[in-house]
Amino acid sequence: MTKAATQRIAFALLRLSAAVIVASVFLLLGYLVWNGTPALSLSFLLESPREGMTAGGVFPAIVGTFYLTLLTLLFALPLGVGAAIYLSEYADPRRSKTLYMIRTATVVLAGIPSIVYGLLGLGLFVLFLRLGFSILSSALALSFLTLPVIISASEEALRTVPPSYREGAFALGATKWQVIRDAVLPFAAPGILTACILGLARAAGETAPILLTGAAYYLPELPNSIFDQFMALPFHIFTLSTQSVNPRLTRPIQFGSVLVLLLLVLSLNLVAIVIRSYYRQKYRWVT
Amino acid sequence: MKRSKIETRGLSLWFGQKQVLDNVDLNILENSITAIMGPSGCGKSTLIRVFNRMNDIIPDCNVTGSVFLDGEDVYSPSVDVVALRMRVGMVFQKPNPFPKSIYDNVAFGLRIQKRTSKEETDKVVEESLRGAALWDEVKDRLKDSALELSGGQQQRLCIARALAVKPEVVLMDEPCSALDPSATAKIEALMAELKKNYTVVVVTHNMQQAARVSDYTAFLYLGKVVEYGLTDQIFENPTNKLTENYITGRFG
Repeated sequence: MTKAATQRIAFALLRLSAAVIVASVFLLLGYLVWNGTPALSLSFLLESPREGMTAGGVFPAIVGTFYLTLLTLLFALPLGVGAAIYLSEYADPRRSKTLYMIRTATVVLAGIPSIVYGLLGLGLFVLFLRLGFSILSSALALSFLTLPVIISASEEALRTVPPSYREGAFALGATKWQVIRDAVLPFAAPGILTACILGLARAAGETAPILLTGAAYYLPELPNSIFDQFMALPFHIFTLSTQSVNPRLTRPIQFGSVLVLLLLVLSLNLVAIVIRSYYRQKYRWVT
Repeated sequence: MKRSKIETRGLSLWFGQKQVLDNVDLNILENSITAIMGPSGCGKSTLIRVFNRMNDIIPDCNVTGSVFLDGEDVYSPSVDVVALRMRVGMVFQKPNPFPKSIYDNVAFGLRIQKRTSKEETDKVVEESLRGAALWDEVKDRLKDSALELSGGQQQRLCIARALAVKPEVVLMDEPCSALDPSATAKIEALMAELKKNYTVVVVTHNMQQAARVSDYTAFLYLGKVVEYGLTDQIFENPTNKLTENYITGRFG
C-alpha cells in the first residue's frame, strides 16, 4: 500500500471516531428533545406530581435538587478548596510521601462508584450519626463524591497562579497566609468556582448516593428543614421509569423530567464556561 | 564618604548541590544606585534576593556567611522576615501588578500590615504614585484595573507599590528587561530620583544601563564578585581582565 493510501485510511478512521462521538451526542439530545419537549410547560415545571405520579409536574423534584446542590456546595467548597490550598501552598514538596498519599487518596476517591458513596452515607450519616434519611445526609454523601473533582481542579487553578504574584506579595512583607488570601486566591477564584460548578453538575445528576440516604419516592410537601426527606430529579426519573404503576402511560413525563435535569446540568456547565472565558479575557495581560 | 547600608561578608549560597554565590563581599552604600551586572546565570538576581530573603521561598536553599542591613544580620534567627521585607522592597523583572485596581495595588502593602485609615491610605497612595512618576497618568482612574496599564506604567505601579510601605532599600531585578526604550528611559530617570531617599540596588545585564544610571557597579561572574567600585572607574579603567572582556563585549 502506498504511503498516501495509508494516510487516507488513517484519516478516515480518525474522522469516523470523531463523527461517532458527535453523532451519539446529537442522537441522544435529539431523541430527548423530540420526546421530552411535548411534556414541557410552565405547569410541568411548577406543579407537583398527581394521580400516583402519572401526571402533573416535577416542581418538588426541582426544588429538592436545588436544595441538595446548594447544601452540597456548602460542605464541599470549603473542604475541597481547603485541601487544594494545603496541597498546592502548604504541603512541603520535599515530604513527597505525604503528598503522594493525599493525591492517591484523591484519585481513589474519584474512582469509587457512586453507589459506594450511597452506602457510606447510609452507614455513616444516616445510621451512625443519626442524621436520618434527610437532605443533610444526602448532601454530605454527595460532597464526598464531588470532593475529588473540586480538589484536583482547584489545585490546578492554584498552580496556574503566576509565581510572580506570590513573589510580589511576599516582597511587600506579606505573611504566607496573606499571600494566599490576598494574592493567590483572588486570582485562582474563577478557576475554583468553575471547578465547583462542574463538581456540582455531577452531583446534581447522581442517583445512587441519594437513593440510599434521603431521596423520597413521593412527598406531598416541600422539605422544611435539612432534616427532611426530599424529592430529586434523578431519583424521580428512576422511580417514574421503573417503579411506576404504568410506565407506558408516564413516558411523556419521564422524558420531560430527563430533559429538565439535562437542561439544569447543562446550564450549570454553561455558567462555568462563561465564567472561565470571562476571566480568561480579563487576565489575558498577565497570562 | 557615604554610610554603608548593606554589607555581605563571605556570602555563599547553594540551591541544593549547586553553588550559586561564592564568597561574596560587597558593601552597598546608602543613597546611591548600585548596579550588579554580569552574564545570565551568574547569580545577580539570587544575590539581591538574599537582601530581602526572598530566596527563603525556594526549598533547598542554603546560605552561609553574613548579610548586614544597617549592621544587623539579616539571617539571624531573631530577624522578622516580614518586617525585613518591608524595609527592603523589591521590583521584579516582569511587571507583576495584582489583578486589582491601581489604587488597591498601591494600598496592598499598607492593608496587610496594619489598619490604616482611609485618609492615610489615600495620602500614601498618592505620595507613592507621585514618587513613581505615575500619578499624573492615573489620578483620574485609580479604580481601573491595573492590568489595563501599559507595561511601562505597570512597572512604575510596581515601584509605587514597593514605595508605599516606606522601605529603606529598593531592590530592582532587571526592571526594564520587559520594557521598550521609552518606558526604560522613564524608569531610569525615576531611579535617579529614588536614590535621594532610598538605597537602590539594580540588577541588569544591560551594560549601558549600568553605566548610565549607577554610581557603583559590581561585576559578578560565576557567583563571584570579579570587580566592584565606582561605575566610571569600572567602565573606563577596569582592573580585571574579565571585566574588561565583558564590558567590551567579548563575552556575555
